[in-house]
Amino acid sequence: MEVTPNISGKKKISDNIKSSIFLSPALILLLIFFLTPMLLTIVFSFTNLALTGTQAQNLKFVGFDNFVQMFNDAELYNSIGKTLIFVLFSAIIGQCFLGFLIAFLMKGKNSTFRRAIGITVIAAWVTPEIVVGFSWVAFLGDNGTLNSIITALSGIEPIAFLFEYPMVSVVVANIWRGTAFSMMAFQAALDDIPLEVEEAAVMDGASRWRIVRNITIPIVKGTITTNLMLVTLQTLGVFTLIYAMTGGGPGNATMTLPIYMYQQAFVSYQLGYGTAISLVILIIGALFSLLYLRFLKVKI
Amino acid sequence: MRIGRTEKIIHHAILVCLGIIFILPLLWMLVASIDSSAIQALKIPEKYTFQNYMGILSDPSIIRSFLIGIFLSGGQSIIVVLVSILAAYPLSRYKPSYKKSFLYTILFLTSLPMTAVIVPVFQMFLIFNFVDKLWAVMLFTAGTSLPYAIWMMKNFMDSVPLELEESAWVDGASVWVGIRRIVAPLMLPGTFTVLIFTYTGSWGNFFVPYILIQSPEKMPASVTIFQFFGNYGLVNYGELAAFSVLYSAPVVILYYLSQRYMSKGFSLGGATKG
Repeated sequence: MEVTPNISGKKKISDNIKSSIFLSPALILLLIFFLTPMLLTIVFSFTNLALTGTQAQNLKFVGFDNFVQMFNDAELYNSIGKTLIFVLFSAIIGQCFLGFLIAFLMKGKNSTFRRAIGITVIAAWVTPEIVVGFSWVAFLGDNGTLNSIITALSGIEPIAFLFEYPMVSVVVANIWRGTAFSMMAFQAALDDIPLEVEEAAVMDGASRWRIVRNITIPIVKGTITTNLMLVTLQTLGVFTLIYAMTGGGPGNATMTLPIYMYQQAFVSYQLGYGTAISLVILIIGALFSLLYLRFLKVKI
Repeated sequence: MRIGRTEKIIHHAILVCLGIIFILPLLWMLVASIDSSAIQALKIPEKYTFQNYMGILSDPSIIRSFLIGIFLSGGQSIIVVLVSILAAYPLSRYKPSYKKSFLYTILFLTSLPMTAVIVPVFQMFLIFNFVDKLWAVMLFTAGTSLPYAIWMMKNFMDSVPLELEESAWVDGASVWVGIRRIVAPLMLPGTFTVLIFTYTGSWGNFFVPYILIQSPEKMPASVTIFQFFGNYGLVNYGELAAFSVLYSAPVVILYYLSQRYMSKGFSLGGATKG
């Protein structure tokens, strides 16, 4: 709701002054701890910043050196590829689809049943990321729950999931953790669809699949787009889960951009180069964020 | 929509299967925490015990890491709530000329991956000698959770009718009295939602303290959980599970207490209504 101000000549100016006073603590915090680091990301990516050694005292601008290095860095291309695979499969295909499926199947079911399923899915989401990481390491371990089930059912020898299928493992764990978000978004959207709309289609003899394709999905299209954007952005920044499960390995099999950035900046102490990598993440994130603002069509 | 019996059974079956898959990894944590001989796999304990919990609760360094976690997350949440109430007020009540651009910036910032700014933040912390300073970590995490908090808070405040406040002004109340007597009480559910949302987000934050805090004795619980892995080679699964349960429980409980309001603030639903 927009407030109409009492019309008076000085209203605008006094509004600005009063607002500024109220907003100043927020502005100061955002400026120091959010916008400055973003700006510094750009500045530092042009430096030879390093944590140890002579470079630590001797900060120099190196122009586009970091970016030239990036262009020739096969490892960076690998991590961009891994990041895309991770985001595509765990966020876009996994969480979004599974979230929709659960919300869709839940629609019109007994509310106790809905709650029970909903709670288990949401519990996975609320549990701290680091705990989720360790739980999945235990779950997928050689002697873990999944292997005991597989052995009991089929007699197959235990599989070292984290070594043989590391990317699949982190993708599945991330789907497990993040699906609740999409589920809740789709539940809200699906519950808003009037019953009559679908019932009329049933009367006309439309098949179940056609109703979903031609009625349900078009109605929740807006939610799908918004959800895709948000989930993509959340997944792009995932560090803790992968770090706890595989540390980016084995080799570089699960080395996504945030992990690679961490490796360069805090393990190899190449802060300058690490910042250049974070700039790449920031740019990808900013592009998605802008897209998101466009699609959301926010009215402020 | 009415659906056939077979279809209904299939729906239920799929949901039950998914439910089982979702609960298995968590169930292990719960069961192993009271198992005297916990292993990596889910099994029925031969002997139930609270020894794992006792072990955790009698370790002063673990208790300290929990207290640090409470201090960091609590401090951050209080800062965020106070600052975001202040910021939401003019955005909801006045019409400053920069309102639009400010809100767009806030919305833009909410979705940026925080992972990406940690390197320059670390560098800033080095320059200003903030590394290892808990209050500095608190301010940084407060800053990063502000955009979403301001956004939620503004939506909650928009739903408090201005008329109530205006009638107070007519009676001679100042802006401050209006806020304290009218807006604040009606905003209580929204305020708690923002508080809990910020707290849960912060409590689970591993990355920021892992980078910005270096002394082991200043690490919050999210980081000290690491000590169960690696160092000893042999993992004490029972204690790891007990630690995880103790560490996860507060946020899970808080979340359920506030879920009704949470979904309102979370859906970004207000975004389209302005």
